[in-house]
Amino acid sequence: MKKKVLGLLLSTTMVAGMLTACGSTASNAPASTETPAAETPAADTAAESPAADTAAEAPAADVSADEGKVLNISAWNEEFKSRLTDHYPGYEVVDGTTGKIGDVTVNWLITPNEENAYQNRLDELLLAQDGAAADDKVDLFLVEADYAVKYTDTDYTLSVTDLGLTANDMKDQYKYTQDVVTDSNGVIKGTSWQGCPGVMIYNRAIAEEVFGSQEPEDIQAHFSDWNKFVESAAELKKAGYNVISSTADTFRVYQNNAELPWVNGTQIQVDDNLKKWVEDSKALADAGYCGTHGQWTDDWTKGFYPEGKVFAYFGPAWLIDFSMAKDVEGSIAHDGGWAATEGPQGFYWGGTWICAAAGTDNAGLVADIMKKMTCDPEIMKDIVLKDNDFVNNRTVMEELANDPSYSNEVLGGQNPLKMFCAGADNIDMANLTAYDQGLLGDYQTAMGDYINGNYATYDEALEQFYTLALQRYPELTR
Amino acid sequence: MGAKKSNQNVVKFNRWGYIFLIPFFVTYIIFSFIPLCSTIYNSFFENYRSGLKQIGPNFIGINNYINLLGSPEIWKYLVNTLIMWIGGFIPQIVIALLLAYWFSDPSLRLKGQRFFKTVIYMPNLIMASAFSMLFFALFADSGPINQILMNIGVISEPFKFFQYVASSRILVMFMNFLMWFGNTTILLMAGMLGIDSSLYEAAQVDGATASQIFFKITMPILRPIFIYVLITSLIGGLQMFDVPQILTNGRGNPTDSLTTVIMLLNRYLTSKDVGRGGALSVFLFIVTGILSLIVFRMNSSEDNK
Repeated sequence: MKKKVLGLLLSTTMVAGMLTACGSTASNAPASTETPAAETPAADTAAESPAADTAAEAPAADVSADEGKVLNISAWNEEFKSRLTDHYPGYEVVDGTTGKIGDVTVNWLITPNEENAYQNRLDELLLAQDGAAADDKVDLFLVEADYAVKYTDTDYTLSVTDLGLTANDMKDQYKYTQDVVTDSNGVIKGTSWQGCPGVMIYNRAIAEEVFGSQEPEDIQAHFSDWNKFVESAAELKKAGYNVISSTADTFRVYQNNAELPWVNGTQIQVDDNLKKWVEDSKALADAGYCGTHGQWTDDWTKGFYPEGKVFAYFGPAWLIDFSMAKDVEGSIAHDGGWAATEGPQGFYWGGTWICAAAGTDNAGLVADIMKKMTCDPEIMKDIVLKDNDFVNNRTVMEELANDPSYSNEVLGGQNPLKMFCAGADNIDMANLTAYDQGLLGDYQTAMGDYINGNYATYDEALEQFYTLALQRYPELTR
Repeated sequence: MGAKKSNQNVVKFNRWGYIFLIPFFVTYIIFSFIPLCSTIYNSFFENYRSGLKQIGPNFIGINNYINLLGSPEIWKYLVNTLIMWIGGFIPQIVIALLLAYWFSDPSLRLKGQRFFKTVIYMPNLIMASAFSMLFFALFADSGPINQILMNIGVISEPFKFFQYVASSRILVMFMNFLMWFGNTTILLMAGMLGIDSSLYEAAQVDGATASQIFFKITMPILRPIFIYVLITSLIGGLQMFDVPQILTNGRGNPTDSLTTVIMLLNRYLTSKDVGRGGALSVFLFIVTGILSLIVFRMNSSEDNK
């Protein structure tokens, strides 16, 4: 009998233990991410907040006191975080993933872009938005042009006008930055602090050695169209330099000058200019003028240092400032060894847009962040002066473009802003679709194999592109 | 009467056995059986996300299977997977047999056995993804391997390992081999140590050579362990994912020749395509079942001779 009782006891404990183990992890998980909200009375906030000190516009006052105490921001890298830390009045750093604005805790949800991880997480968060506790809701998230439509053309993002940004606030923004986040009904669903016109960034030392001059006007003459580009590449090759690091470098230039959007209805279409990229790239690679590795690999970033022997990169302001290793001793950027010129064709690359998530419990604060970071000329000018970013404010940029005291250290003291301003006015974003990111990635994968000689013909590679695209997007047709 | 009573006792005693099996069955049902059934169920539906918009679930019968098996890619990916598995498995089993034989042979009196047994197992302790990132860096166009080869004068230009089908597949095979040969060695060694040493002694007295002992005594007795190793490796090989995925950043290039079946499943995840993903999983389940059965039959029929 005793044995029976003991056995029963043991087995119940075991089964019960097993079940409670399941239960407790489930109930603990969400709690662990919470941060205790500070209990400062709301009145103090307005008084203490350094935002009030700037006395510029109506600041902390319109961040209403009965809003949520946790602001969740979803991003894929540290760029916006550092912009907010450095330029948003009253932002305090708590630790690597949290900050504070007044008594609101800012919670950074940073997921890298690789393998679509950022969007996968954001999708889950947005779809769960209705059922989530107020402090767990995403309040603000960042998107890129390549997939902005996927989010802006839904009810998951709020209209910036509803948040309180007026047309007057946004009058100085570049038109294209608004086009990117305008939904199919013409409503603006996001805003950006930066513009991303691209230029050709070349190595001054190599220019001096091969072309006998490092002045942008002289170099531009050697690279004013794609034929001249190839001729100059041959000269560079003779001297032992690669004209660009990889064939991937020029992809954005050709892609932005395409006339057709990637998708028409549900049908995938490939613009002739993309085919031209493939042909030109194959010629470059076959002649040994550049490599064929992907961007952001070690092989690619090697050109940021003198021993990489790369003449030029194509990129916008953020590439110069954020990616070219300017803080690393011995890099070309560190010594101001780059210069910028327009290159064969204008283009844009990247850019980050801020969207407000529907269901946010911090609408006031979100609107204030948008207003300060993307419409306030003082703050935006600060961003240019401190970070050399190209900000989304025509007045500020044109003023700085004509300001002889402004210079970019990475570019050896050159003021490239005139070039950027001209580029920003010409950007046309009419061709965006929700599928751009996946399709242009798949196209480059398939064509990379053709350029490397693994496919005999362009058509074979195109076939592979369609295969990959249809695996990714079942709703599309060819 | 007495017999009946003892019989009842046995039944009562057995009951505890069943009760103690409950945790296994509960976890199995929750984490394996229900997902298995729902995978099969989902494979008959059109069910994915277009952006943030949910499409379906709409019942479409066996359309997912028709589309999947009708496309040439799936067969290509299956062949890729098998090539990369076999290419890694053959050296793995040969080296593992050799090492296990040496380790378990007392007449060799190997020194530092424990040390070597630990060392050969080590690659398996590294995460597959970390391992393939390491290889990606090592074999990059400007990576250390190319530098070394150029410095000692074997090549004059960097060899682009990841641009050729053969070299990139060989790298995957090599990684799988490195990661798993230690594990296989330990399994085979366990089997060899279980063989009665008097058999060896008797063979030696009879004048058998070392190779005769190996093929006539060790191998036949080792067969059950051998089949186990073969089947587990086959199942693991068919589900090959992390090494080629990380090595090629999910693209499976060059020319999709490194794409495995599970990598295709991962591609479907971009649009959360539960329907096509389910069909693919069921297909792989059936292929694994058939291949395992063939391996099993091949070995057990020899037994009956």
